[in-house]
Amino acid sequence: MMEIMIRLEDVTYSYNRQPLIHGMDLTFEKGKITTIVGPNGCGKSTVIKLSSRLLHPDKGKVFLENKEIGVMKRKEFARSVSVLLQSSHIPDMAVEDAVMSGRYPHQTPISFSSAEDKRLTEYAMEMTYCQSLRSKNMRQLSGGERQRVFLAMVLAQDTPVMILDEPTTYLDINVSYEIMELINSLNRKLGKTIVLVLHDLNLALNYSDRLAVMENGKVVAYEEASDHRVHRCISDIFKVDIRRLTEKGKSYYYSFKL
Amino acid sequence: MERNNKARLLILLSTVGLAVSVLMGLCLGTSNIRPTVLVATLFAGEPDDFLYRILLTVRLPRVTAALLSGSALAVSGAIIQSVLNNPLASPNIIGVNAGAGLFVLLASAFLPTDPLLLPLSAFSGALLACMLVLAITMTGRLSRVLLVLTGFAVNSIFSAGMNTIMILYPDAYVGAGNFLVGGLSSVTSNVLVYPSVFIAAGFILALLCSKGLNILNLGADSAKTLGMNVNACRCAYLAIAAILAGAAVSFAGMIGFVGLLVPHGVKLMIGQDNRYVIPASALTGGIFVILCDLLARTLFLPYELPVGILMSLMGGPFFLYLILKNRRKE
Repeated sequence: MMEIMIRLEDVTYSYNRQPLIHGMDLTFEKGKITTIVGPNGCGKSTVIKLSSRLLHPDKGKVFLENKEIGVMKRKEFARSVSVLLQSSHIPDMAVEDAVMSGRYPHQTPISFSSAEDKRLTEYAMEMTYCQSLRSKNMRQLSGGERQRVFLAMVLAQDTPVMILDEPTTYLDINVSYEIMELINSLNRKLGKTIVLVLHDLNLALNYSDRLAVMENGKVVAYEEASDHRVHRCISDIFKVDIRRLTEKGKSYYYSFKL
Repeated sequence: MERNNKARLLILLSTVGLAVSVLMGLCLGTSNIRPTVLVATLFAGEPDDFLYRILLTVRLPRVTAALLSGSALAVSGAIIQSVLNNPLASPNIIGVNAGAGLFVLLASAFLPTDPLLLPLSAFSGALLACMLVLAITMTGRLSRVLLVLTGFAVNSIFSAGMNTIMILYPDAYVGAGNFLVGGLSSVTSNVLVYPSVFIAAGFILALLCSKGLNILNLGADSAKTLGMNVNACRCAYLAIAAILAGAAVSFAGMIGFVGLLVPHGVKLMIGQDNRYVIPASALTGGIFVILCDLLARTLFLPYELPVGILMSLMGGPFFLYLILKNRRKE
């Protein structure tokens, strides 16, 4: 029996009276990497925001383990769930300070940074290759560098659940793979529960335990990432083919247009 | 760590600069006193000494008033700029000073005279203006310049109110002409007592909030994911800005632009970290108004210019420069 980390229960959310999501039931399992894929505007980001308390459902409830997230204390929630957003706002702030701000939910509003805060900030910058950027202002960075800093911020928050909306946007392909390897090792070594939204189907297919396919505000398939049913669903929606490549006993999947 | 050293250096230098400015403010004026004589006179403390009386009743309150109002408005400006995420915002631009001023005049016209009443009513007026602007900004995405225009409208309403009271109740506020442009010539030590308590409290609160202000700089959504109650914090921080600006306006009148110029200059020098920006703004704001006031009362001897006029002469062009610079960015 799988343990459930986040559960959306009969959730409806409307924007300007247009229901974006209607009566959705969805669970994210503990200790797994679950990736949501789907065409633009299918409601992926809305699900992410509902799961991270940035939006509140009009109807239904969202649970973290067995607690309803709407009634949890803000900081308590932020110590359990960290979120990487697709954000257009670039803070006017030094990289090191931005990463350190990930420690905010673990501090009192007026306390100074503890040794633990500093250690985790350093660790987060090391893991995301941000150390050489530490004194630079966020506004001086390239899109890829900035994305790495945001990821470091989320890492410094040191939460059992990480929700990452498009963590590989703006990144070169090699850096994308490095980040996905990092996410993978966080999951395997530290047992973190990870929820992703990914555009890149190849990354989604190869780095996820489970795939949720969304279309028009609904989850149309939700299976193991290697399950052919989910592959067929993706093929239909995105009009691509998915093939398996076996190399040294390991299976890889790739999507392409015939 | 290099950034922080720069910030610490600025704080150190401006502490020294503030001491020098206070000394200059006390020594220079219609008659100049040597620093040695100043120290000797103050330590002797002869109540019959003419020089001692001048120092104690005129120059000391005046320099104190300049220091308090400059620091308070500069810190208030730094907070407002962070909360509204807008480098063009400051207490005078978004109508906070005008709100405070209107309530000061209303209180002087209609309520019994009480030294505590003026700073309290100034605070209420400043808070009203802050919340008005915050409410308007929360209705949707306002561009930087649009926010300034909103402030301009709020400002005009309050200023019209002030002028109406001035005309209907010309005796309500002693030295009202000075009040409207911002001047320190009628300040006595009595009127400074309560405002200085307000300002001291405001500084402590501002320092305590500096970390939260930094989190707000990340953007509202990021601040929320870090567990901050963004709307409550915005209101609380603006209330602190209102305490500071209100207390300053209650005795200094409509002193403008220090709340814009000083935090902006400080941020250009040391960056956005509010843990440093707030103390550095307090110190340099004090220096700035002490020196401006010194100029205002010595430049055209025997005449005296209200310090607010002098600051508007400098601040106006600077503000235009900021608008042009921002327009290029947008």
